[in-house]
Amino acid sequence: MIETPLTATIQPDGKPLDVTGYERVGGYQAMRKALNMTPEAIIGEIKSSRLRGRGGAGFQTGRKWEAVPKRDEPPFLRYLIVNADEMEPGSFKDRLLLEKTPHQLIEGVIIGAFAIQAALAYIFVRGEYVLALERLAHAVVEAQARGYVGRDILGSGFSLTIHVHASGGRYICGEASALFSALEGRRAIPRARPPRSAVSGLWGKPSVVNNVETLCCVPPIIERGANWYLGLSHSVDGGTKLYGVSGRVKRPGLWELPFGTPLNEILFEHAGGMRAGYECRAVLPGGASTAFIVPENFDVRMDFASVQKIGSSLGTGNIVVLDQRRCPIGLLRNLEHFFAQESCGWCTPCRDGLPWVERILTAIEAGEGKAEDLELLIHHVSFLGPGCTFCDLAPGAMAPLGSGLKHFRSEFERHINEKACPWHDTKDAWT
Amino acid sequence: MSTVEQDFVHEPLGPRLRHQIATIARHAEDKRAACIDALKLVQKRFRFVSDVHLAEVAALLEMTPAELDGVATFYNLIFRRPVGRHVILLCDSVACWVMGGAAACAHLCERLSVKPGETTEDGRFTLLPIVCLGHCDHAPAMMVDEDLYGDLDAARLDDILRRFR
Repeated sequence: MIETPLTATIQPDGKPLDVTGYERVGGYQAMRKALNMTPEAIIGEIKSSRLRGRGGAGFQTGRKWEAVPKRDEPPFLRYLIVNADEMEPGSFKDRLLLEKTPHQLIEGVIIGAFAIQAALAYIFVRGEYVLALERLAHAVVEAQARGYVGRDILGSGFSLTIHVHASGGRYICGEASALFSALEGRRAIPRARPPRSAVSGLWGKPSVVNNVETLCCVPPIIERGANWYLGLSHSVDGGTKLYGVSGRVKRPGLWELPFGTPLNEILFEHAGGMRAGYECRAVLPGGASTAFIVPENFDVRMDFASVQKIGSSLGTGNIVVLDQRRCPIGLLRNLEHFFAQESCGWCTPCRDGLPWVERILTAIEAGEGKAEDLELLIHHVSFLGPGCTFCDLAPGAMAPLGSGLKHFRSEFERHINEKACPWHDTKDAWT
Repeated sequence: MSTVEQDFVHEPLGPRLRHQIATIARHAEDKRAACIDALKLVQKRFRFVSDVHLAEVAALLEMTPAELDGVATFYNLIFRRPVGRHVILLCDSVACWVMGGAAACAHLCERLSVKPGETTEDGRFTLLPIVCLGHCDHAPAMMVDEDLYGDLDAARLDDILRRFR
């Protein structure tokens, strides 16, 4: 039987357990254990578990925590920030955890905050997640009433305040340094590194930003140990992962599976394969900023290193399926529209380059493309790639475009040669 | 001016709202950190943030109106122009697009006689495209005010719209 530490306490009716119910299934035991450990021991355990960030970048969580000054080193004011700004198109995993198991997240926050000795934690939730915001706020109040949040938690001498912040809404807020700007009441514009956030983040203080799913992994690791967690995985990195599938599959949804489960198992067993009349052309493995994977590579294991080896990235592990009834150029235009709109406008290549890319794709889709447009797009892929812009938004936007130009070259050429979209009839179709 | 322009937007914030904003500001690390929460409170009461209210909030938080407007216009969920009594946020991102999001948009536009971004003649609905709502396994998806709806098709859209008649 597969163990599912992230979703084990989720009830069949989807309603979150209240604090008593969560305690009854073993909740807050890991927090009690952690408060009797040293921060160094907690960080050591997380490092041994090889837990990597579940927001997309996949940084080792233990190393992120370790980079914060030790508890006897100034500055003593530090922050733990939960990135619950789930806005990567095609991703819906954090919503599940926020809405259905808020206490597990709060327990993870308490342990994480204790590990980095942060007295203040912010949970930064996208404004559209109304139900998640309600349930989180309620769970924080319950945890406070139990003495798990607040002054001198269970006599440990450690104090923690948790604030739940509803975002004003903008994709770039998910970028850690832009998130600091947003929390400070500014336009959410990313900041230059160095300094690293572990040294100077929110209000110039050492800060750690962790994804929701990452922090939800923490209580089970502390409770049952790094070795147990490592054993759950099919990869070198530890644990399980919430994989999701959307698109024309028989059963779209989310499943908690061993880390490194093969893509074809997720698509064809868990999601049930394609619906009748639909064929899978390609998938975006982990959101809008990941490169396409085509069927010949569907045996890839969905872990960071394996997906990288075939030229894409794991991202959020929430897969979007492109079927043969939709135009690949139209899909790319949709993605680039998103990125152009959500660019914060701070650096010129991103602010000017992405709308340019969108215009070219719109023209090609409408049958008004020219042969030299393809060269222009290829130029943009390198011009907006890693290292050319202030943050990772534009390079992320170029990942599907670069791979799309490779895998869908003939579809691009057909649009240009035939001066029309071969998928024109399905453009506004429901099916 | 369209029918959604209401008289009360020229009312001052009033003591209760001013007090609420001041309380958040007092608990924030620095006053301006409260500005997004403050704008949302104003919007909850008046549906959008008018110039008059913007200036009043800015003064409360010791910001210039221009600074606060820079913040207000940055975020997708802060409205600086009047909206209808109900705001429809229709997802236009990739998973919904694959599942017929464009058809959903065309259907809503036809039923409401608006283009995306516009408000209906009777001031009942404003239709706004929004980025991925994280409801992709039930695409196409939208929100009306604070409620989420998925698995949209023509019949379901009509049914949802009827609830707001």
